[in-house]
Amino acid sequence: MELDFAPVIAGAGDLARGALVTVELTAVALLLGCAIGLMVGIGRLDPKKYVVYGLCTAYVSVIRGTPLLVQLFIWFYGLPHFGITLPAFFCGAVGLGIYSGAYVSEIVRGSIQSVDRGQTEAARSMGMSAGMAMRSIVLPQAFVRMIPPLGNEFTALIKNSALVSLLTIHDVMHEGQKIISVSYRSLEVYLAVALVYFLLTGIATLVLRMIEKRLRAGGMVQ
Amino acid sequence: MSSTAMVSTAMNSTGKTPLIDIRGLAKSFGTNKVLNGIDFHVDASQVVVVIGPSGSGKSTFLRCCNGLEIPEAGTVDICGKRLVDNGKMLPEAELNELRKHVGMVFQGFNLFPHLSVLGNVTVGPRKLLGLSRAEADKRARVLLEKVGLSHKADAMPASLSGGQKQRVAIARSLAMEPRVMLFDEPTSALDPELVGEVLQVMKLLAKEGMTMMVVTHEMGFAREVADVVVVMDGGVIVEAGDPAVVFTNPREPRTRSFLQAVLSRE
Repeated sequence: MELDFAPVIAGAGDLARGALVTVELTAVALLLGCAIGLMVGIGRLDPKKYVVYGLCTAYVSVIRGTPLLVQLFIWFYGLPHFGITLPAFFCGAVGLGIYSGAYVSEIVRGSIQSVDRGQTEAARSMGMSAGMAMRSIVLPQAFVRMIPPLGNEFTALIKNSALVSLLTIHDVMHEGQKIISVSYRSLEVYLAVALVYFLLTGIATLVLRMIEKRLRAGGMVQ
Repeated sequence: MSSTAMVSTAMNSTGKTPLIDIRGLAKSFGTNKVLNGIDFHVDASQVVVVIGPSGSGKSTFLRCCNGLEIPEAGTVDICGKRLVDNGKMLPEAELNELRKHVGMVFQGFNLFPHLSVLGNVTVGPRKLLGLSRAEADKRARVLLEKVGLSHKADAMPASLSGGQKQRVAIARSLAMEPRVMLFDEPTSALDPELVGEVLQVMKLLAKEGMTMMVVTHEMGFAREVADVVVVMDGGVIVEAGDPAVVFTNPREPRTRSFLQAVLSRE
């Protein structure tokens, strides 16, 4: 069997445009996931705050307990049954963001709980409010510990984003399939698509490693 | 309990309003009764040293004095404010305000590792007292000079020795200009050769008239610096008084056996 990359080269422009959509989509989902994750992670710190804790826990269990593809289909194909029709990109980005937020929240919660209780005690006994102690003392320390697991989560998010091709979004996966449908060169095209994902996750990993290195050099971590 | 009540009335005879006034303090962790009815008070500029075997409730007693522990019974008055009244704490905002006047030094230092030494000492004054960076820096440098660490202002806590960390922690507390300082076993986590430098700073504070409550195992410090020594055991105050008396001629057998155990080691 011979490999023929001519269709890939001819379709490089389309693949690049698709890659850009993938980047845009994951960037929006990532920001959304971090925002949700931070709030939900903090919301799950204190089981005695029944309502907040209960809502946050319910969110995490439902989102983690159901397939991402089903969630995306509910957003895109399910909601129109209630008269709610949302643009495909919106469904993809929000669906991914909400999915990712559940995992990020566990990373946030774990990192915050790993900061020694004495740090909060020292801050509170100075007269800081609980919120100020969290913002100025605990979160900056927790943030450094979040980075390695967040790296895992971000690469997972980039790869999971391939599922949005099923919501008619023209991401790199979708563009690849369009090339296959006219060239029948599935192996070559999928190899090229895989390479794009590999490069994107590689860049994300490098950026996070640089951030972590800089924070460690700044003495943020003992 | 009658002995503790006697101690309390005896010392109230000074006539001044005490800075810390504790009555009937009780606290349990689960079924474990840690504090079992404590009456005590601390006057301004007094240095009170609390000693006793481990598990006697010393640290819990101290932590009740700034609301880090919530006692289920009794009252704690500090600087004229009722911190806790039979399990009911002062409202959050007032508690935070009161804590600005009560410095706390911990056994484990609890320096903020993401801030420099200067950052540790300035964070309170800047965020809580509204000082500008320049004002806070100036205040911090004076205090670092006082604890002998002005050359470490830009160092990160991780690069300091235990004794240096504890001296920074003391400077951090002092930066809030507290009316009373609480020390929770400030030298227990230190290598023996580093204990002296921390005690030195504490002696200096005592000499300057700082009101201090110190939980410690340093009997030498207690004997030399304390105005009042408090001996705790089993969640009650067994004996309290002039260190010269308590150390040389203790009234209670429990004090005697505790002192024998620790002093034979020295």
